[in-house]
Amino acid sequence: MNALYGRRLLINRVALLSAMSAMAFGLIFLLWILVVLVSKGISGLNLAVFTQMTPAPGSEGGLLNAIYGSLIMVGVATFVATPIGIMAGIYLAEYGKRGWVGPTTRFVNDILLSAPSIILGLFVYAVIVANANHFSGWAGSVALALIAIPVVVRTTESMLNLVPSTLREAAAALGAPQWKVILIVALRAVKGGVITGVMLAVARISGETAPLLFTALNNQFWSADMNAPMANLPVAIFQFALSPFENWVNLAWVGAMLITFSVLALNILARAFFDPRQKN
Amino acid sequence: MPDIVSSAPPETKIKVDSLQFFYGSFQGLKNINLDILERRITAFIGPSGCGKSTLLRTLNRMYDLYPGQRAEGKIMMNGKNVLEKDQDLNLLRARVGMVFQKPTPFPMSIYDNIAFGVKLYENLSKAEMDERVEWALNKAAIWNEVKDKLKQSGLSLSGGQQQRLCIARAVAVKPEVVLLDEPTSALDPISTAKVEELLHELKEDYTIAIVTHNMQQAARVSDFTAYMYLGELIEYGVTDELFIKPKRKETEDYITGRFG
Amino acid sequence: MNNTQVNTSEQSTQQGHYVSKEQQLQALSKRLARQHWQDVVFRNSTLFFALLVLALLSGIIFSLASKSIPIFQQFGLGFLTSSAWNPVTLEFGAATAIYGTLVTSLIALLVGIPISFGIAVFLTELSPVWLKRPLGTAIELLAGIPSIIYGMWGLFVFAPLFAEYAQPLMTKYLGPIPVIGQLFQGAAMGFGVLTAGIILAVMIIPFIASVMRDVFEVVPPVLKESAYGLGATTWEVVRNIVLPYTKAGVVGGIMLGLGRALGETMAVTFVIGNTPKISASLFAPGTSIAATLANEFAEARDELHVSALMALGLVLFLITFVVLAFAKLMLSRLSKQEGSKT
Repeated sequence: MNALYGRRLLINRVALLSAMSAMAFGLIFLLWILVVLVSKGISGLNLAVFTQMTPAPGSEGGLLNAIYGSLIMVGVATFVATPIGIMAGIYLAEYGKRGWVGPTTRFVNDILLSAPSIILGLFVYAVIVANANHFSGWAGSVALALIAIPVVVRTTESMLNLVPSTLREAAAALGAPQWKVILIVALRAVKGGVITGVMLAVARISGETAPLLFTALNNQFWSADMNAPMANLPVAIFQFALSPFENWVNLAWVGAMLITFSVLALNILARAFFDPRQKN
Repeated sequence: MPDIVSSAPPETKIKVDSLQFFYGSFQGLKNINLDILERRITAFIGPSGCGKSTLLRTLNRMYDLYPGQRAEGKIMMNGKNVLEKDQDLNLLRARVGMVFQKPTPFPMSIYDNIAFGVKLYENLSKAEMDERVEWALNKAAIWNEVKDKLKQSGLSLSGGQQQRLCIARAVAVKPEVVLLDEPTSALDPISTAKVEELLHELKEDYTIAIVTHNMQQAARVSDFTAYMYLGELIEYGVTDELFIKPKRKETEDYITGRFG
Repeated sequence: MNNTQVNTSEQSTQQGHYVSKEQQLQALSKRLARQHWQDVVFRNSTLFFALLVLALLSGIIFSLASKSIPIFQQFGLGFLTSSAWNPVTLEFGAATAIYGTLVTSLIALLVGIPISFGIAVFLTELSPVWLKRPLGTAIELLAGIPSIIYGMWGLFVFAPLFAEYAQPLMTKYLGPIPVIGQLFQGAAMGFGVLTAGIILAVMIIPFIASVMRDVFEVVPPVLKESAYGLGATTWEVVRNIVLPYTKAGVVGGIMLGLGRALGETMAVTFVIGNTPKISASLFAPGTSIAATLANEFAEARDELHVSALMALGLVLFLITFVVLAFAKLMLSRLSKQEGSKT
């Protein structure tokens, strides 16, 4: 073995070892965060969390109104974003290959996909809250929907792109009009993938805090009124975590644990449902 | 060997008249003229890229799905030029069915695969639909294999079964013409034999055009054969004659294997 | 059409009474007209929703711009360069927030890029096949953790440890170095610009790593095999074949990560210290655009204050827009190059 070759092998070994440590670094952080969440959150986890309202300073309470508010707002946002996202995704995949609308929309959608979520909060504030003159659950839902839409658009489009053109031809060959070819044949062929996209979008907006700060704001009390400020888990966690009261901080950790594990479970579930990488 | 001209003299179903076809600026078909006869099987053979699939796809204007592809000339069917702008494409395709190289079952049950096309142009009761589905599956000689699992996904069938399902699907809408684009190239020999047998029965009712890369298959199943090369129709005639004593040297070279 | 439709004749028998050929034809053309109409409606409604996405972008820019008019009327472009920020005296300048945003993102990239690269190399070249998927999913889960969780973890867990162990070491060993040394001076409080940058790095690593992994996987195996065939080591293949081939995609991935880092709000808000000040030391507290918005917006009462915050938002959006557009350009360049080679 000559010296040059030895040196090359050494460099190789150092490089590969660094790659391995990088991988380990990533995994350690993931584990570290999860372990911290469980260790700090589990002690505070009790029935009161799910049955009582968020407490006043110094007193005991739970997260019921925040959990409820989050579920409602995420639910409304998903309900609004899914059809819009799917329709726009259909346009991009089926009609928007030429002309300027398709490529421009695709480009803009990709930007919105990674745009700061707090900006969408600002936008909804400017358009809805500032005009209505009050924070509301509706405004929060809209902000979340605006974050979810690009995710659904993107997955719908890329899923439809996986549909072989022969399947569309086969449906057209029977004399089917294009909307039936798309909705009944092509979209159905990738149903699983589109559902995955929606689930990932739900996971994404479930943990979003920034866009809710000045749209839904927060609410210490039980409120099912979508026209009023609405309690929600992320903003409650934010306020409690930075508060000086120990029981508030503890409650924040419980909320943090709940939200993280729900989001991660949703992520894993979505992937189990359909993995684009598995399909040819 | 297929028997030609059994009873009444066949009528022309489709008349292709000086057809040109372009992919953008590339000319895929050059001045094609031929008559496809009613209730006969017409085979198109030739090396890959010779335009045989392209020709088939002009007959139901499948190319219209893609921008930049266009056809000139005339394709007369039922006294009307189907290449004209006012031709309703959905209707044309409902009348001219197509089966593809690879099986293309829709992502739905076997029953719904058949019913999908039928529902497009007919309002049938549940009983009538059941009857039609059974009829079509019978026509495609697959009824016995699937009658107990009509609710299962069409994707659960084997490749050969899927292809026969697709044939049943095409037949179910009772088209006038059935186009087959290399329907057996993805199938095993046994499934291939079944499909070929099927074609033989189908020609009782339908006009059939088939593209195949397999000369033996053309010789076995078709009544008429067209040999194409580089977008041109080199020779067209009764299958037996074309294979036994071709008129053109190019055809002879191809069928005797002296060519590509 | 003399041979009209076996189909329509079926319809007539089903309806149980005689229907003339004329009526059949009429029914058929009605059906065709309806189909055509449905197709037009469907196509246009998908178009409508696609345009809605476009409208969203212009809506964002328009609303932020129109709301920031007052602040620019008051301070002119000086708003962007002034480092004064005092809501009580109604003095506003964006410089501190812009500085904090850029510096934290830069730190995040410096820390994040090598680690992301290592992870991508590990996942594509080293990992045993059965581990690829679980490890890849684990990294993607890291991206799935809500940013507020990073903030809490950063404030309560990471910052104290960082202050106790890492910062003194940095002051001791990096502090004496001329010029750079200044960055690592000052009280070891745990939170501050550097901490925010490091937490951001952890957050953007999964984004950059998964893009890098995806682009590394498009390298044709033949290319790699021929290099291996010459006796190249794994590292040499990565360095001389994979990296040059995927350069554009790698840059795109990094830009994507940068876009995330610039706009990240909650994690930064928890640890940056929220002080509108530009300090020489990275240990010092600072603020970022997103953190300022998160902290002040809901309480902002004065119109000028709101306008200043809206203008900050506009600046942030424009910066990320440019970065993300660049990322997209780079990534599409890679896929084009790939397309032309296959």
